[in-house]
Amino acid sequence: MDYFFTEEQSMIKELAARIADEKIAPVALEYDEKGTFPHDIVTVLAQSDLCGVYIPEEYGGLGGGILEMAIVVEELSRACGGIALAFAATGLGSFPILLFGNEEQKKKYLPDIASGQKLAAFGLTEANAGSDAAGIQTTATLDGDDYVLNGTKQWITNGGEADTYTVMVCTDRSRGPLGFTALIVEKGMPGFSFGKKENKMGIRASVTTELVFENCRVPKENILGREGMGFAVAMKTLDRTRPGVAAQAVGIAQGAFDYAIKYSRERVQFGQAISSFQIIQHMLADMAIQIEAARALVYQTCRHIDSGAKNISKESAMCKVFASDMAMKVTTDAVQVLGGSGYMKEYPVEKMMRDAKITQIYEGTNQIQRNIIALELIKESKKKQ
Amino acid sequence: MASIKITDQCTGCKLCLKSCPFGAIVVEDKKARILDTCTLCGACVSSCKFEAIDFTKEESQAADLSAYHGVWVFAEQKDGKVANVAFELLGEGTRLAAKLDTKVSAVLLGEGMESASKELITHGADTVYVVDDPKLRQYNDESYADIFVQVVKAYKPEIILIGATTYGRSLAPRVASVLNTGLTADCTGLEIDTQKRELLQTRPAFGGNLMATIICPNHRPQMASVRPKVMKALEPDETRQGEIIVPDVNIPTDTVTKVLEVVNSLTEKVNLAEADIIVAAGRGIGKPENLRYVEELADVLGAAVGASRAVVDAGWIEYSHQVGQTGKTVGPKIYIACGISGAVQHLAGMSSSDIIIAINKNPDAPIFKLANIGLVGDLVEILPALTKEFKQRIG
Amino acid sequence: MNIVVCVKQVPATTEVKMNKETNTIIREGIEAIINPFDTYAIEEGVRIKEQGGGKVTVISMGIPKVADLLRETIALGADEAVLLSDKAFAGADTLATAYTLSLGIKKMGPVDLIICGKQATDGDTAQVGPSLAAKLGIPHTTYVRKIEEIREGTIRCQRLTEDGYEVIEMPLPAVITVVKEINEPRIPSFKGLMKAKKAEIPVWTADEIAADESLIGLKGSPTWVVSTFVPQHNVNSEMIEGKPEEQAKILVDKLLSLQLPLSK
Repeated sequence: MDYFFTEEQSMIKELAARIADEKIAPVALEYDEKGTFPHDIVTVLAQSDLCGVYIPEEYGGLGGGILEMAIVVEELSRACGGIALAFAATGLGSFPILLFGNEEQKKKYLPDIASGQKLAAFGLTEANAGSDAAGIQTTATLDGDDYVLNGTKQWITNGGEADTYTVMVCTDRSRGPLGFTALIVEKGMPGFSFGKKENKMGIRASVTTELVFENCRVPKENILGREGMGFAVAMKTLDRTRPGVAAQAVGIAQGAFDYAIKYSRERVQFGQAISSFQIIQHMLADMAIQIEAARALVYQTCRHIDSGAKNISKESAMCKVFASDMAMKVTTDAVQVLGGSGYMKEYPVEKMMRDAKITQIYEGTNQIQRNIIALELIKESKKKQ
Repeated sequence: MASIKITDQCTGCKLCLKSCPFGAIVVEDKKARILDTCTLCGACVSSCKFEAIDFTKEESQAADLSAYHGVWVFAEQKDGKVANVAFELLGEGTRLAAKLDTKVSAVLLGEGMESASKELITHGADTVYVVDDPKLRQYNDESYADIFVQVVKAYKPEIILIGATTYGRSLAPRVASVLNTGLTADCTGLEIDTQKRELLQTRPAFGGNLMATIICPNHRPQMASVRPKVMKALEPDETRQGEIIVPDVNIPTDTVTKVLEVVNSLTEKVNLAEADIIVAAGRGIGKPENLRYVEELADVLGAAVGASRAVVDAGWIEYSHQVGQTGKTVGPKIYIACGISGAVQHLAGMSSSDIIIAINKNPDAPIFKLANIGLVGDLVEILPALTKEFKQRIG
Repeated sequence: MNIVVCVKQVPATTEVKMNKETNTIIREGIEAIINPFDTYAIEEGVRIKEQGGGKVTVISMGIPKVADLLRETIALGADEAVLLSDKAFAGADTLATAYTLSLGIKKMGPVDLIICGKQATDGDTAQVGPSLAAKLGIPHTTYVRKIEEIREGTIRCQRLTEDGYEVIEMPLPAVITVVKEINEPRIPSFKGLMKAKKAEIPVWTADEIAADESLIGLKGSPTWVVSTFVPQHNVNSEMIEGKPEEQAKILVDKLLSLQLPLSK
């Protein structure tokens, strides 16, 4: 389907597709098996200029928006949802700076991210602050010109590999979520270390660790916005990055579908290719319908956000829920089309099914997303009366 | 200048479309039109029943071709040992020379070439032109080409056959370029048009998917390279007599190309191009550790180990083992493809093998379409079983 | 360092599909690409430039459309690209091609190193590189798998052979043809692609390179294609079934009965 991309968007898509097909696809299963970080692919991404698609040109990026970011995430995820995450999670870590950073902070941090020299990460989740983000216990206390951080962030994508971290901390416990503050923490700052690396079900080429702060000193100029704005920083960032998760889901589903349809044409049973059986044909048709519907929703949501729209939480949540539920279903069906082979690690679809699962969970579970959507809908309904 | 035109006789019948190997003819408004992609090969001319294709191939002033006689073979040698391909070419050269009623000769460059010269005679050479000099001990593109050209100019052969080895494929075009004559690479079939005394050279193109027959009508010598294992050597015959000629050549002393070091890599026990049997590993072996099953079978058979591109790209084995379009072209008597799915690029490198045996877990793998013998099953089980069986029966 | 890389346009696939009704080759929809081996030549040229400075110019002989492919080489890091295109070049064999390229290269002025891919995937001849070197009167080395050093007007490189490799040293200017092992070609950058879109590709005709018309195109080609045909692979496949041990036994029986050279 023609999504009326600009010429530049089409070039971005083509370039990301080449990287996916030529560089990522051949190594995806190996990285999944070993669970190591794909430094070589990050280098390829850096050389391609794609790391900066969503960063303004004045900071060394290509000046695109959420749509450009989603295009890249989708294409890379077709080959490996885990490897794509090195890029996508950097976006998540960068958006607080893009949205709330002052000119100096932007000049200091964004060019290295745009060039791919540095990766970024976003630190919100803690052991007791998952769906209930208000449960943050990592504290920051002002001491002279520095904030002193104490606490542990959990399940942080790109942890240890990123150089730039945007971290949500509590600066005033008495104010609840209004006592949260967003800070930029650099790798190497005293008292900042990384905890254990998680052993995950899927997206195994992506690294997930704890961020450990033990009297970690962060200069107070590293604050994003003002004290107490942390919750808003996090929510506004996630509103913009959820379409990225949705794009990842669409890419994973597309990769699984592509493999399944190719396999169905080659696999012979009862004397004919299984693609000649109507039951398989209908499965394939349903998979394609769902992927296309999700893709259309993702692109349209991205355009809605890029247009500068104010209220985007509901739309952004909708596309994340729809695309990730779709990816889970499509990848499961892809495994089914392959039958026993689909269950084997020699074939890529079981990995895609494992990779798809996380998209229903992270950056806000689909249950939390539905809460957001429902509350928005009720609010809108009230306004109309 | 050569040109091609469609005349008014054209009826738009489309017969010529079929004949064009380059798809460079279209029929529009009931008339054929030649596209820019035309290479002026002339293949369409004879297809037209209406003589509507006006093709002029301005003959360059025919040089005096009658001064050129005899069939020559470049006798490649390494450390004094003549490469098998030279014997194979002597066999083919003998056949061609008989049709032309002429002689077959070998050209041998190197140091200490006495026994090699005799060996060439026992393999059919009527004459051996020998340039024996310490400076020629190691193959060198520059000096070898220089001397070869001098000998050709002095004795004027009509045909030169060169083995399409690393050296041959480097030497032949350099020599042909200096002599300003035609060279056809990797011929798989050679015939003689006895009337015109022309060499009909058939070679694969497009990875073996298309065969082309090529002539060199107005230039001599007619040069062709042929891959090892394509032609048949004669049985050596000690009673055969031949003449050894030492041409008067100027051996260059100021060669600027220097071969500093020759390294024989240890991983490759048998030269793939010369191997009678190749056991080749594909992605289907699953993991690098399983390569040993392939190596063990190769060991029992005295075979070379080949590999598909996927295995090389994964870093499981060195590039020098790669068979296929981006690797080596091989033509062994037996090719055992283990876990190779049979991508067209791989087939391009081994489809001329006499017997292809495919072992693959996937019964739908394309390799089975080309294989003479197919075994569906797990390599980890079949290969050790095969190794054991061969050991017992031929060990 | 002035580096010239020679490239050729080839069909993206060597798979020749036949229209069974008309017995013709199906050409439609086959994309034209840069000969895959030439991409290693471009990458090596760009790497040498990035390390030691200089300029990479890509040259090709072909139909006007090849300019689009040459533009891609700019995205891969080449500084300039030149197309030799003229109806008079049509029908060139490797000798006429080498002559034509040699004139184009001479027109560029002093050149230090010329890099070619080891062969093109459509013809597989591997002849243009060495032939070009002879036309330019300079040394060449084929199948280069590694450049060890370029220093003081000489190049030292490793040539892949049947048994291993050789270390060869030549004075510059020289021609090398490279194998796949030499590097891993990069994917173009977005900014490179933007630059490539705008790049001007000069087209030089036979007159502009002062070509002798008896040495170019079909007229300058000693070899002529007289016929082409598609080889038929008629294979009688035989499947051996059973347990692995049984399969092994049947196969060995079969091979031994064929009197093949099975023992060491």
